[in-house]
Amino acid sequence: MHNESKPVWWRTAFLIALGLTLAGSGMLAQAATTLLNVSYDVTRELYKEINPAFIKSWETKTGEKLAINQSHGGSSKQATSVAGGLEADVVTMNQSTDIDLLVGQGGLVAADWEKRFPFGAAPYTSTSVFLVRKGNPKAIRDWGDLARPGVAVIVPNPKTSGNGRYTYLAAWGYAVHKGGNEGQARDFVKRLFANVPVLDGGGRGATTTFTQRGIGDVLVTFENEAALIDKEVGGDKFDIVYPSASILAEAPVAVVDKVVARKGTRKQAQAYLEFLYSAEGQDIIARHHFRPRNEAVLKKYARDFPSLKLFTVESVFGSLAKAQKVHFDDNAIYDQIVIANYRERK
Amino acid sequence: MSVASATSVASPRRVLPGFNLTLGYTLVYLSLLVLIPLAAVFIKTASLSLDQFWAVISSPRVVASYKLSFGASLLAAAINVVFGLLLAWSLVRYRFPGKGLVDSLVDLPFALPTAVAGIALTAIYSANGWVGRIIEPHGIKIAFTPLGVLVALIFIGLPFVVRTVQPILQDLEKELEEASASLGASRWQTFRFVVFPALLPALLTGFALAFARAVGEYGSVIFIAGNMPMVSEITPLMIITKLEQYDYVGATAIAVVMLLASFVLLFAINMLQGWTARRSGRDR
Amino acid sequence: MAGTVAARWQGESLAERYESSTATREPALVKWSIIAVSLTFFAVFLLLPLAAVFTEALRKGWDVYFAALAEPDALSAVRLTLLAAAIAVPLNLVFGVAAAWAIAKFQFRGKQLLITLIDLPFSVSPVIAGLIYVLIFGLQGWCGPWLQEHDIKVLFAVPGIVLATIFVTFPFVARELIPLMEAQGKEEEEAAIVLGASGWLTFWHVTLPNIKWGLIYGVILCNARAMGEFGAVSVVSGHIRGLTNTLPLHVEILYNEYQFAAAFAVASLLALLALLTLAVKTFVEWQASRHFED
Repeated sequence: MHNESKPVWWRTAFLIALGLTLAGSGMLAQAATTLLNVSYDVTRELYKEINPAFIKSWETKTGEKLAINQSHGGSSKQATSVAGGLEADVVTMNQSTDIDLLVGQGGLVAADWEKRFPFGAAPYTSTSVFLVRKGNPKAIRDWGDLARPGVAVIVPNPKTSGNGRYTYLAAWGYAVHKGGNEGQARDFVKRLFANVPVLDGGGRGATTTFTQRGIGDVLVTFENEAALIDKEVGGDKFDIVYPSASILAEAPVAVVDKVVARKGTRKQAQAYLEFLYSAEGQDIIARHHFRPRNEAVLKKYARDFPSLKLFTVESVFGSLAKAQKVHFDDNAIYDQIVIANYRERK
Repeated sequence: MSVASATSVASPRRVLPGFNLTLGYTLVYLSLLVLIPLAAVFIKTASLSLDQFWAVISSPRVVASYKLSFGASLLAAAINVVFGLLLAWSLVRYRFPGKGLVDSLVDLPFALPTAVAGIALTAIYSANGWVGRIIEPHGIKIAFTPLGVLVALIFIGLPFVVRTVQPILQDLEKELEEASASLGASRWQTFRFVVFPALLPALLTGFALAFARAVGEYGSVIFIAGNMPMVSEITPLMIITKLEQYDYVGATAIAVVMLLASFVLLFAINMLQGWTARRSGRDR
Repeated sequence: MAGTVAARWQGESLAERYESSTATREPALVKWSIIAVSLTFFAVFLLLPLAAVFTEALRKGWDVYFAALAEPDALSAVRLTLLAAAIAVPLNLVFGVAAAWAIAKFQFRGKQLLITLIDLPFSVSPVIAGLIYVLIFGLQGWCGPWLQEHDIKVLFAVPGIVLATIFVTFPFVARELIPLMEAQGKEEEEAAIVLGASGWLTFWHVTLPNIKWGLIYGVILCNARAMGEFGAVSVVSGHIRGLTNTLPLHVEILYNEYQFAAAFAVASLLALLALLTLAVKTFVEWQASRHFED
């Protein structure tokens, strides 16, 4: 063994590694007045524009310079994080159940959060629409066509995706609004989901399946997503079809009381969410293909938002929390439907 | 060499130092970073009554997911053992063009975020993909079937086998094989009776690790599985659906089942591995 | 003996040595069949996905590709990913060496149990791996309120990300070294000790050279996975743009923003970062072989 002639390179590396082991880990630095907005997935571009606009308007009004951090992820995962201690000043979600969680978990959000801002604390909405292949070869015009035999429907998994849940609720609500009773609505939704060949984990997975893999005749998704697909994936390959009626998907916002109380940022957080309702905020929202609440702004962008009959979750299901319990919890109606479909296919 | 073996035979007591230090450190580190955190899963689950626990873990859909997850993981690990060995063998024993590239890309499945791997695999194996286009006309569907799950699990597990076998192969003494050949053994006999026994412990380790990783995998599988109830739902998806309902206890209950089942299987594999290592290693 | 050692330094010459002797080489037909089968497997399961990633990444051209990488969010994600790996990998490296020493060089009861416990983190679904830290350090968890009182941030900050990374990469180095060290036995170390070398010196001059390859592969695997982990980190990160997003999380956000090309571009960067560790390995090999020849 010629030990003395052996190289020392990797031994040095080993020593460096040992040294690194002993080194501690740093903490994140925080600026003077910083707000954290914890939001869901597709709002990154929206708040990229909202935040500078609000910072500017706040500075001209008060002279204070703010910084706003953004956090984006799956809606319920984000809510879990806030409940677990992520110090959000405001939450901007796409399902009221995600904010309800924060009421239940240690009272982070006030119980009456829906009354603290106009329109049930939802500054904008969206709705479920159809994306079909160019020229609409399967002649899909309304929800009824999705339950036709021979039509393949792409929907994200309602068990893991808010987008999928809204699709299910929209189909159910459509059947109810056509005068169907609960049994008929259930049968309709069952036939629709029998046409679903793939249940992707999330909205983007479903989009990829439909647009890139070429599977399915129709993709059901939010209006704002359909517009994004048009822009990013190519509008020459797909058409957007508006059904006769669909669900009003409201995107709720709330101040996280416990956090702003401790950080002393209530004023700023309140003003930030109010800004979403301002003419300027609503204009930015409309430009990102979300339906604004402000009538004047809606009229200005009327071309992007064709009118259709919109029903709320409350009018059909009482509340989103009730719909979750009755339809999407384990062994609830959705599970019964897909298991029945599986048995019949077998 | 002879001095050393004589010593180890003559004195059963420990010659080497550092046992207490290294084992102590191992146990402390393991407890702090793995055992105590994992205990949280069990404690959380303990808030369920036995009936509730049983109801969660034995619902037909969850049971179907166990079958898929554990079956596909075992199969994927077995496939990886065979092809991983061939790949490791090629990399150590042969010279061929592009060898450096192959060697450097073996670790890729770990570096790619699992979702990206899932999307890429789906792109390749779906009906209009590079591979799917060729095989789907023959009636073989991979993407959005349980077969797709298998493909994803092979992808994420391959590096384990290659990288555990490779250092052993590099370390084998060539003289042993030469001796075997000079005693008249054929190349196959030498492999079968000299090389393979030496590789077996590493192969089993690779199998255990590839299997363990496959059982827990979520990100890449979810894109290619299709996630049809009773058919292509994996157990980690069941956990996620519980979390979507903020049912943490239900999620940890299923996690406990996965953990215990994996533990039993891994323990069995490791016992086997320990046995083969004692047979083939120099440590007797 | 010197010959064997020399071969160990040079991966290429090892293959050469085996191929040069009829006693240790397979017939050409067998050799090329093995290469063909393994390379086909490699191509189908590894090369094609990589090609798909780069095809997607470059779909909109090099401008979009580089713009995606130069974005401030992407750069801060690179920094955080490297930081988390730089802390987690050395910790697991030291643990791996210690564990392998105890397990491979000594006989004790419960050894297989210990090995199995070390394996366990792999079989834990990533989301659960993240969730356990929320259960412990979260606001509703065991130490959450205490941590908040003392203004110590673990979750949704660097420490939480590092913890989750350590957890998912926990077994790599140890499991890479154990079979190798078991196969090598302990005669060489025992000889050194008997001849009067200290334990540390023995480890340094006898063990470390022998386990070099296993160590390097373990670190490479550990590092690749540390940088690529998504599931567990995503639960504990908080996803704060520019602060607590790692590269895989950034990829997810881009993908969800319909910026497919950018998402794949950042993913390809992760693949390249993993290749970088291999470049380091090759460099070490080259240095080693040069040094040996001196």
